[in-house]
Amino acid sequence: MAVRTEPFVLNMGPVHPSTHGVFRMRVTLDGEVVVDIEPVFGYLHRGIEKLAEQRTYTGVIPLTDRLDYISSMSNNLAYCLAAEKLAGIKVPERAEYIRVIMSELQRVAALLIAVGAFLNDCGAYFTPFLYMFRERERIVDLFEMASGQRLTYNYMRVGGVSQDLPEEFMPALRKFMDMMPRFMDEYDQLLMQNEILLARAKGVGILSKEQAINCSISGPVLRASGVKWDIRQADPYSIYDRFDFDIPTQTTGDCYDRYRQRVEETRQSLRIIRQAMEQLPSGPVRAEVPHLVRPPVGEAYAHIEAPKGELGFYLVSDNSIAPYRCHIRPPSLINLTALRDMVRGWKIADLIIIFGSIDITVGEIDR
Amino acid sequence: MATAGLNIYHLARLQAVSPDWPGGFWWHWLFFTVVIIGFVLTMVMGVIYIERRGMGRMQSRLGPNRTGPFGLLQPVADAVKVLLKENIVPAAADKLVHWLAPVIAFAPALMLFAVIPFENGALLADLNIGILYVIAISSVSTVGIFMAGWGSSNKYSLLGAMRNVAAIVSYEIPMVLAIVGVVLIAGSLSLNDIVVAQNVPFILLQPLGFLLFFAAGCAEINRSPFDLMEADSELVAGFHTEYSGMKFAMFYLVEYAEAVAISAIIATLFLGGWKGPILPPWLWFVVKIILVFFAMVWTRTTLPRIRIDQLMAFAWKFLFPMSLLNMFITALQVLAGWPTELVWVMIIVNIAVMAILVLVWSRFFFRLGGGRVEI
Amino acid sequence: MTVALSGKEVASKIEEKFSGSVVESTPENLVVKSDQLLDVARFLKETGGLDFDYLNFVTAVDYYDHFEVAYLLSSLEHNHSLMVKARCYDRENPALPSVTGLWQGADFQEREIYDLFGINFEGHPSMKRIFLWDGFEGHPLRKDYI
Repeated sequence: MAVRTEPFVLNMGPVHPSTHGVFRMRVTLDGEVVVDIEPVFGYLHRGIEKLAEQRTYTGVIPLTDRLDYISSMSNNLAYCLAAEKLAGIKVPERAEYIRVIMSELQRVAALLIAVGAFLNDCGAYFTPFLYMFRERERIVDLFEMASGQRLTYNYMRVGGVSQDLPEEFMPALRKFMDMMPRFMDEYDQLLMQNEILLARAKGVGILSKEQAINCSISGPVLRASGVKWDIRQADPYSIYDRFDFDIPTQTTGDCYDRYRQRVEETRQSLRIIRQAMEQLPSGPVRAEVPHLVRPPVGEAYAHIEAPKGELGFYLVSDNSIAPYRCHIRPPSLINLTALRDMVRGWKIADLIIIFGSIDITVGEIDR
Repeated sequence: MATAGLNIYHLARLQAVSPDWPGGFWWHWLFFTVVIIGFVLTMVMGVIYIERRGMGRMQSRLGPNRTGPFGLLQPVADAVKVLLKENIVPAAADKLVHWLAPVIAFAPALMLFAVIPFENGALLADLNIGILYVIAISSVSTVGIFMAGWGSSNKYSLLGAMRNVAAIVSYEIPMVLAIVGVVLIAGSLSLNDIVVAQNVPFILLQPLGFLLFFAAGCAEINRSPFDLMEADSELVAGFHTEYSGMKFAMFYLVEYAEAVAISAIIATLFLGGWKGPILPPWLWFVVKIILVFFAMVWTRTTLPRIRIDQLMAFAWKFLFPMSLLNMFITALQVLAGWPTELVWVMIIVNIAVMAILVLVWSRFFFRLGGGRVEI
Repeated sequence: MTVALSGKEVASKIEEKFSGSVVESTPENLVVKSDQLLDVARFLKETGGLDFDYLNFVTAVDYYDHFEVAYLLSSLEHNHSLMVKARCYDRENPALPSVTGLWQGADFQEREIYDLFGINFEGHPSMKRIFLWDGFEGHPLRKDYI
């Protein structure tokens, strides 16, 4: 005799250790198996796009810090590129190099957090997470030297960066760059070939190449599915065409590949930083930009390869001192599009790691 | 002496009561009850400190170091904090079940120590079926955990409790079978006799049995990597999500008391219990418990958690056949008289057998990620 | 470098197939009639040489008398992009066809536009508010919302 059962609806979040912020999933379960999920957003909605319409072009920069708050530098960069494109401002050489160094350091820091949080979701009780925080701390120290802040840097400006690097920055960066490869090897040794991790993450939550493209997935998640698409090379912004780096890709697009992808991208970022350090010219760090930027009527879209994917700013100007419309293309939100298809049929434990392997920040989803 | 006491006296086959103790059995009973409660509580505080500091060092941080010298008073501070917290019972909870659950989960953890010898003959009751008693009692706390999961009327709790019941039902079997090897060699079910029989620690004679028992024991008491019942990254806190204040403290105590109990059983069965040179026996016993517990802390900080179907597959496809094989091989060796005559041969053979079996089995017959078991 | 295709060239290709569907075309973008948006989008996605298989983003801008919905399309194969726009002149009940059937990536973004601008995307699998709660009055990103 078959036992009559009924689906079991579990509200995961908004307060849950593994939802990476205030994100909620309404999960329908059949025993342990996920039948359906519905993501629910909006617990961190601050209306940044609306706020931006009432601020000057410079005044928007602090707001961008609060989007993906673990990679504020990248957000600054994306916004400044869009505003410069709109106003037709040329950025001095030195500023370009500083921007590249900063955004690549930020990528390393954000990917470390992503990998650490993913391993934590797998159940490796905080050890990898804290190891990776140890190195992130050094990067944050570097940012503190340059900008005075440790989380919301507000460092870049329309037309350059807010201030030149202090004297002690380059020696500290050099020291960090000497240490980092050794730490990267240490991370590989920690869990890369661990039997339990392989059993948990290999073949779980496969995202096919076609679906990844159809769902507008971007960043490491897209590349882990085997699509060689990196905006740094496909559509080079700033001065990325001057550096020599590879775009690693994986083949299957499962959780393990996404984890591997992030680790390998970190190594490439270190390569870019090393080249940028060698080429760093001297000179001004800010173009002559009026205090209140008044771009001509028009629109501009600038996108960068942020740690989580394609981060874009679509600005519309009406020749006033404030953007008429400031749309943010949030990689975190759009990468979640495929979540429902990826988790159906897997277990709760898999739901957590699939979700963790996508790597989101709620600040960017809800804006 | 009361009739009830007489019965227990006969059952327990008490031999270690000092003859000059007035009142005989009842003094013995009172003394060891107090000692056990004191021992468990002190050990729990000790292991909490060891776990927090040890995990801190392993995670490249300091761990608690502000309360008392070297943070030694941290468990006290934790206990005071948790006891002073408000006791919240969910409105939809089954009040009686919710209230009873921590008590029912806690009692077996204490009762386990009744048969564990602290020194030769120094134990509450030297049951001649001691090891069966341990197995039987240790699964009672599952009832408490399931009551907690059911009574909280919380979905995370229910899932955690369901996982716990499924895991314990599966892991009891390899656990018992792993012990059989030890029992065969020692020729007794009494824990005291097993320790007395260990001229060489049984970990050398039964290396495979030790590994199987350690794994199954970790699963039995929800230690990582089998901590699915309270998987913090999945189920928030599992069965005790809805508990707070004193009742949460009870569950916290159960968790560590069970860890101490399993460590004590492992120390007794495989590491020679209270035996050891120079130091007093009880100190050896404590040192061995802490060693085993430290290994558990170590696995907790290094290994990711396995999935529920992998947990089941691991029990049925790896531990179960391995423990059967181990039992069979040990029985043959005992028949051949090896444990008494050819001890060193047996040690070498068994270590080789363990290495070959584990390698071959994990390479060709069972892979953790291969094949899903539906539950 | 991603080549931004000229709206005028693509517009002429579209006109061959669907005459009268392009409202306006500039070198940067082209504006399509809203009732033919879906046909044009399918044409852009499936025509060889264009192959716009990747939808970068969808957003809307409020110009008081009309809403302009912008779609940035890219082709990962040819590495080119095109901005397609559609306009809604109805302020009370603005509506557009949904492109989720072609690009699933539009799913959350169309819901977001519905939430913040009130533009209804017909054919979307679950057209409901995404950030704000169901009882919320008004659509905050409209220019007339205080």
